[in-house]
Amino acid sequence: MNELLQLYQQMIIDHGKCPRNFGELENPTHKQKGFNPLCGDQLEIFLIIDDNDVIQDVKFTGEGCAISMASASMLTELVKGKHIDKANGLVEDFNAMLVTQDVSDEAMERLGKASVLEGVKEYPSRIKCATLSWHALKNACAGEGEATTE
Amino acid sequence: MSQNKSLNIENIRKDFKYLANEKQVIYLDNASTTQKPDVVLNALSDFYRYSNANVHRGAYHLSEVATAKYEQARQVAANFIHAQSSDEIVFVRGCTEAINLVASSFGQQLDAGDEVIISAMEHHANIVPWQMLSKVKGIKIRVINLTESGELDLIHYKSLLNKHTKLVSIAHISNVLGTINDVGLMIEWAHEVGAKFLIDAAQSPAHIQVDVQALDCDFLTFSAHKHYGPTGIGILYGKHSLLERMVPYQTGGSMITSVTYESSEFMSPPHKFEAGTPAYAEAYGMSQALLYLNELGINNIKEAEDDLMAYTLEKFKQRDDLILYGPKNNRIGVFSFLVKGVHAHDVATILDSHGVAIRAGHHCAMPLMHTLSVPALVRASLGVYNTKLEIDHLFDGLNTVKKIFSNE
Ligand SMILES: Cc1ncc(COP(=O)(O)O)c(C=O)c1O
Repeated sequence: MNELLQLYQQMIIDHGKCPRNFGELENPTHKQKGFNPLCGDQLEIFLIIDDNDVIQDVKFTGEGCAISMASASMLTELVKGKHIDKANGLVEDFNAMLVTQDVSDEAMERLGKASVLEGVKEYPSRIKCATLSWHALKNACAGEGEATTE
Repeated sequence: MSQNKSLNIENIRKDFKYLANEKQVIYLDNASTTQKPDVVLNALSDFYRYSNANVHRGAYHLSEVATAKYEQARQVAANFIHAQSSDEIVFVRGCTEAINLVASSFGQQLDAGDEVIISAMEHHANIVPWQMLSKVKGIKIRVINLTESGELDLIHYKSLLNKHTKLVSIAHISNVLGTINDVGLMIEWAHEVGAKFLIDAAQSPAHIQVDVQALDCDFLTFSAHKHYGPTGIGILYGKHSLLERMVPYQTGGSMITSVTYESSEFMSPPHKFEAGTPAYAEAYGMSQALLYLNELGINNIKEAEDDLMAYTLEKFKQRDDLILYGPKNNRIGVFSFLVKGVHAHDVATILDSHGVAIRAGHHCAMPLMHTLSVPALVRASLGVYNTKLEIDHLFDGLNTVKKIFSNE
């Protein structure tokens, strides 16, 4: 039950229900769909990246569980205004927290609010829900195809 | 068969050791796969321990014993579905392989412009093989609509049938909605235009009577793991005259009478369709599962499950935060639902932490999810060992979902 409350803490429920930066960007320089075939979670991330490789604006649309929506919401808050190298570094930090589960204190600090998603690691079947938007962001920056969790 | 006596669920539960787990699981994912009773597990391990030899190959006693058990299993399956002869039973890995077999073998008799009818409530296993065939052969796939209540729209079905219809392939029972389709009537109509009819009976044997002669279906398939048997085994029933006219599906050992480098002669059905060493121990295990069902009596099972279903439906009725899909009548205990404002996966995780195993997702029926306009559904599905107490636990868990998500 404690793990469950850790997973569904207030901030996650709140971001899941009312995701920040939700919606489409009119003239994105980059966009990327993400799809998790196991759950049917799908989202699309829109970015405006300027000539200096700084993320000027970021938004997302989609449908999914509280974990995937909250995660995407926190991601957009975190990377807005950052250089894409920094953003990619944060994706690595996030993966270190949930996928390889070997994360430094500094990385947790860098993740800020998104570090509350650490509880997801106790739920292997849900990790992909949390990482979906982060994959999508990484592929968008690299200009790669649709991100899937498979 | 011991019909007409009520089931003693407490005794049945003693047959299933998963219930003896320290951390008790309330298992409500039976439409996905069922737990296995001791008789099946013992049959498997005894077969491998004491009767193991390759079937149809060795001229020695042990192989003869194994072969006899394998062929007995075929007879048990034939009896279970009331087939005329065990020669009409092909052992396959399961429904998925059976439908692929029919699509690639019977499918060779189809030509461009021919039509195959499926429905809007099919499992991917009964969609994708036809799609593949349509790419190769240029056949057309027609899809029967659903009614508001989650049944097949038979008027629409009738309008789809025509002289180009060569096959109708329909789930006996929907794995999402629980709907029991009136396949008897549908088969009559299909035969009137000269079409063959395949029943995907994946969800049937554990819950309702299956009688291929009464239904007059041309093909029928089920997977043992969905009715208390092992994984990796199931059957394709086909009318013998049809199987005879079909080309082999896979080729190799065990299905030939003679081979030269130039050509080969094939055995008669069913062996023609069983290339390679079959899952003989699993076939035997499946037969023990079917005998177990016979022992309990399918009518008794239906009565007990109908009772538990009514209890569960009543609970759903009392909750306005839940949306239940599927028809009110002619259904089995498969409950696909949504908790308003909460994604199916969040529901599944919270229920799991309550020890309740249910499934969330698209249930291998993405087109149906699309029709229902939902990304995913939560599904609880009953087995013969489930109790009212377990259903109460499910709804307790749903209260927790509500609590966690209503943080206003
Ligand atoms: C209606 C239906 N058809 C086909 C299948 C496929 O069965 P299997 O995966 O055992 O081949 C299933 C199983 O989920 C099913 O419910």
